[in-house]
Amino acid sequence: MPLLANWYDLRDLGNGVARLIEALRDAGAPDGLIYAITGLLGAVAILLFVGLAAIINIWIERRLIARIQVRRGPNRVGPFGLLQPVADALKLIQKEALQPNNADGIVFTLAPIVIFIPVILAFAVLPWGEQMVLADLNVGVLYLLALGSTTPIILFMAGYASNNKYALLGSMRVIAMLISYELPMVMALLGVVTFAGTMQMSGIVDFQQTHWSWLIFFQPLAFLIFLLGGTAELNRTPADIAEAESEIIAGFHIEYSGMKFGLFYAAELVNAVAMSGIIATLFLGGWWAFGLEQWVPGWLIFISKIYAVYFILIWFRGTLPRFRIDQLMAFAWKFLLPLAIINVFVVALEVLLWREYELSAGVVLPVAAVVNFALAGVLIAGWARVMGQAFERAPKKPRLFSEIEVPLPDEAAPEAGSGQTEPATV
Amino acid sequence: MAIKTEPLVVNIGPQHPSTHGVFRMRVTLDGERIIDAEMIVGYLHRSMEKLAEERTWTQNIPFTDRMDYLAAMTGNLSYCIAVERLAGIEVPERAQYLRVIFAELQRIASHAMANGTFVNDCGAWQTPLFYMFREREKVLDLFEMTCGARLTLNYMRIGGVAFDLPDEFLPQLRSLLDELPDRFGEYEDLLIDNEILLMRSRGIGVLSPELAMNASMSGPMLRGSGIVWDIRKADPYCVYDRMDFDIPVGHTGDCYDRFVVRMEELRQSVRIIEQAVEQLPPGSHLADVPLNLRPPKGEIYSRIESPKGELGFYLVSDGGPEPYRFHVRSPSLLNLSALREMVVGQTVADAIVTLGSIDINVGEVDR
Amino acid sequence: MAATTRIGGAQLAEHIEAGVADAIEETAEDWVLVRPERLVEVMTFLRDDRELDARYLNALSGVDHFDYFEIVYHLSSLSHNHEMTVKVRADHDEPEAPSVVSVWHGAHLQEREIYDLLGVNFSGHPNMKRIFLWEGFPGHPLRKDYMAMPGGQSPGLRRFPKEDPEQWAGEFRGD
Repeated sequence: MPLLANWYDLRDLGNGVARLIEALRDAGAPDGLIYAITGLLGAVAILLFVGLAAIINIWIERRLIARIQVRRGPNRVGPFGLLQPVADALKLIQKEALQPNNADGIVFTLAPIVIFIPVILAFAVLPWGEQMVLADLNVGVLYLLALGSTTPIILFMAGYASNNKYALLGSMRVIAMLISYELPMVMALLGVVTFAGTMQMSGIVDFQQTHWSWLIFFQPLAFLIFLLGGTAELNRTPADIAEAESEIIAGFHIEYSGMKFGLFYAAELVNAVAMSGIIATLFLGGWWAFGLEQWVPGWLIFISKIYAVYFILIWFRGTLPRFRIDQLMAFAWKFLLPLAIINVFVVALEVLLWREYELSAGVVLPVAAVVNFALAGVLIAGWARVMGQAFERAPKKPRLFSEIEVPLPDEAAPEAGSGQTEPATV
Repeated sequence: MAIKTEPLVVNIGPQHPSTHGVFRMRVTLDGERIIDAEMIVGYLHRSMEKLAEERTWTQNIPFTDRMDYLAAMTGNLSYCIAVERLAGIEVPERAQYLRVIFAELQRIASHAMANGTFVNDCGAWQTPLFYMFREREKVLDLFEMTCGARLTLNYMRIGGVAFDLPDEFLPQLRSLLDELPDRFGEYEDLLIDNEILLMRSRGIGVLSPELAMNASMSGPMLRGSGIVWDIRKADPYCVYDRMDFDIPVGHTGDCYDRFVVRMEELRQSVRIIEQAVEQLPPGSHLADVPLNLRPPKGEIYSRIESPKGELGFYLVSDGGPEPYRFHVRSPSLLNLSALREMVVGQTVADAIVTLGSIDINVGEVDR
Repeated sequence: MAATTRIGGAQLAEHIEAGVADAIEETAEDWVLVRPERLVEVMTFLRDDRELDARYLNALSGVDHFDYFEIVYHLSSLSHNHEMTVKVRADHDEPEAPSVVSVWHGAHLQEREIYDLLGVNFSGHPNMKRIFLWEGFPGHPLRKDYMAMPGGQSPGLRRFPKEDPEQWAGEFRGD
C-alpha cells in the first residue's frame, strides 16, 4: 500500500489522518498539537464505536439468545426492534439510582464509572487497519493483560460498597475466579508472543500477514485456553458465577439500579467486544484476511471478526449451564494451566529450532501447525480422561420396572429386580 | 496464626429467582459452604383448609386448582376421587379415561416445567426452560380447547369431568403425541450427556432410600432414590390398571437421578395417553350427582400420584353439605422434610440445584 | 396389579396388643385409637414389625371434635402394599400429644402444621414453632371455635388479626 493514499480511500481510515498530519506539518504546527489532535480524533472514533457497539450489542445479544431459545426477542420498538436498546436506556436513565443506607457512598457511585476505564482503554492498542492504531505500544499484549487485572478490584469495589451479603459473595467469587483465570490466559498469550516474537499488536498482525496464515492455526491450544479464560474474565456463562442469577441473584451489582446498573450492563457488553477484538487480533489475523483487505476495508473485516467471536460467546451463553465455583477453579488450575504450560514449552522448542537452525518459515510453520494441532487434540482428550470423574461412568438411564417392588428392610435391594424391563428408548 | 472467621447468615428468598415462588431458606454459611439451613414457609398461606369448611363439596374444587397451580388437573382429580369414594359415586367409564388422559397431559406439563426450571437453576441461561415451555404450551392449548382455562382448570367434577372432548381435540392430541418423543429426544441430546450438568448434579443432594421412605418423600423424589413405588401401580385409580407403563427408578438418589426419572416419566406419560386414547369408550362423561351433595358420615383418606408425588386428601364428613375437615397431604410440603439433611455441607450453588430438583410448588406447600 | 389392601381396626388392634400391651383405647372398623402415653411405643412397633412394616407415614392430620382433638396417622407399608389408620386423642383445653418425629422424620413438618393451625402441642418435637403463620398470630385458626376465641378476635375479611409488635422486636435490624 502506498504510504500516502488518498484521504477518501476508505480501506484505511488512517489515510485521512495521515493527510491531516501532513497538512498540519506543512502549516508549521508544533508536534504537540499534532499529537493532541490526532489522538483526539482516534479517541473520538473509538468512543463512537464503543457507544454504538454497546447499544447494538444489546439488540444482537437479545435477538440471538431469543433465536436459540425458540422465541422472537424484542421486535416491537422500531424496525426489527432495533430501537429497543434506546428505549431501555431511556428507561434506565429515568429510574432512580437507589443507594442502600449502609452503603459506602463514594465507592458505590465510583465503581460503575470506573469500570468503564479499563474496558475503553483496551481499545487503544487494537489495530483496526494497517495504520489505524491509536497507540501502537510495543508492549501491547502486556498492556491488555494489565488492564484485565484491574477489573477484579473494581468489581470488588462494587460488591463491597453495596453492603449486601449476596454482593459480598459475588465479589468473593469474582476475585477468586479472575485471579485464577489470569494465569492460564497469560500462559496462553505467552505462547502466541513467543511464536510471533513481538508483544506489539500490530507486530502480531504483521507476523500473520507475512507468513500468510492466522495464528489460530499455529496455536490452537492457546486459542481454546484464551477463549475459555476469556468467558470467565467476562463473567459469562458457563463461568458467570459472579453474578449467577439463579444463586446469588446478581452478585456484585445486586444493589445497583437505574443508570448505575445500566453502566455495569454496558461495560459487560463492551468488555465482550474488547475481548472479541483481542482474540480476533491475536488469533484471527486482525484486519488481515488472506488478501481480502485489498477490496474490503480492513476495519470492516476486523469488526466482522469481532462479531464472529462475539457470536461464539453468545452461543455459549445460550447453551451451557453454569459451573460451581470450586469446579471452575479446578478447571483453571488443573486443566487449563497445565495445558498452557505444556504449550509454552512446545512453542519455545519449536521457535528455538526455527531460529537456531535458521530453517525456512515455509518448512517450519506447516510442521508446527500439524504438531500443535495433534498436541492440542491429544492433550485435551488425554487430560480430560485423566481428570475425568466418576460421574461420567455412572449409568445415565433410569432403571425401568413394570411392577412395584419394595423390599423389606432386611432384604436385599432390588438391584436386578424381576420386574425390570429394558429401557424402551435408548 | 488462625484466621478468625464468623459464619454468615443469608436469607435465600422469599424474593429470589430460584425459590420457585415465595419460599425462604435461611442458611448459615462458612465461606460458601452451608453449615445450617432452615426453611421458612407460609408466605402463600391462603387458609384453604379453613375456607373449605365453609363451602359445599362441589365448591371446593376450585381450591384444589390453586394449590398446585402447575398441576391443577391432578389436584382436581385427587379431591374428586376422594369425595366419590366417600359418597360412593360411580364414575362413567368414559370419564375415567378422560381423567387419565388429562392427568397424564398435566404430568407432562408439570414435569416439563420442573425439568426446565431445574436446569435453569443449574445456570443454563433459560434455554432448556424455553424448550420445555414449547411443549407445555401445546398441552395448555389442549386444556384451553377443552375447558377454557390454561392454568386453573377446574375441569374435574364429582362424578366425572365437566365437558366432553371438542371435535378437534383428538386430532390435535394425536399430532402432539407424534411430536413429543422427538422433542424429548432433542432435549435429552442437549442435556443428558452435558458435562457441566453432570458435574453440577451428580452426587449433589443425595437422598438415601431409607431417609426417603422415613421422611415421607413421594413421587420422583422417592423413585429417584431407588424405591420402586408408584401409586398408579400400587393402588390404581381411574383405569390405570388397564394401562401398560413402566416405573423409572434412579440409581443413587442424587439430583441428576431425579432429573432423568422425570425425563423418563414424560415418555411413559405419552405411552399412557396413547393407550387411553385407543381404548377411549363412548358414553356419558358425567354421572348424575345431586347438586347439594351430602356424603354419609365418615372419613376417607384417598391419594393419587400427582406429578409432585403423593397428593392425598383426608376428608371428614358429618353428613352435612360441607366437609367437616378438609386436610391436604401435600407432596410439595413433605418433599421438603429432608431439605436440611440434603443441603447441609454443600455450597450455596448446590443448595439451589437441590431445591430445584425437589420441584416444590409454593402454592401447594403453604395452601 | 393389586390395589392397596386395608388392615381393619380389629386386625390391627390384635397385632398391636401382641407387641405393645395395654395400648389400645378403642377399636373401630377402620382404625384403632391408641393411648397417648403409649403412642411412640406403638408407632415404633408398627414401623419395625415385619408383618405390618409401616415404614411410610402417608399423612398426619388433626381434627377438632369440639370436646377433644383427634390426630390421625395414615400409615402404609410399601413392601406389603397395605395401609392402616391409627388415631390418638388430645384434650381440648390443653391439647398435647406425643411427637412421632423420632419414628418418622416425615412427621416433622406435619406436626408443626397441626400445632400452627390447631394448637396441639407435640411434646418431644425438636422445633415446635408455627410454620405457616407468624409467631404472635392470635389463636389457631383451624379450630372450630376460632370465631369465639378469647381476646375479642373476630377473624374474617372485615378485620385482619394484628400481630403483636413485641414479637418482632429484634427480628429486623435497621431504622
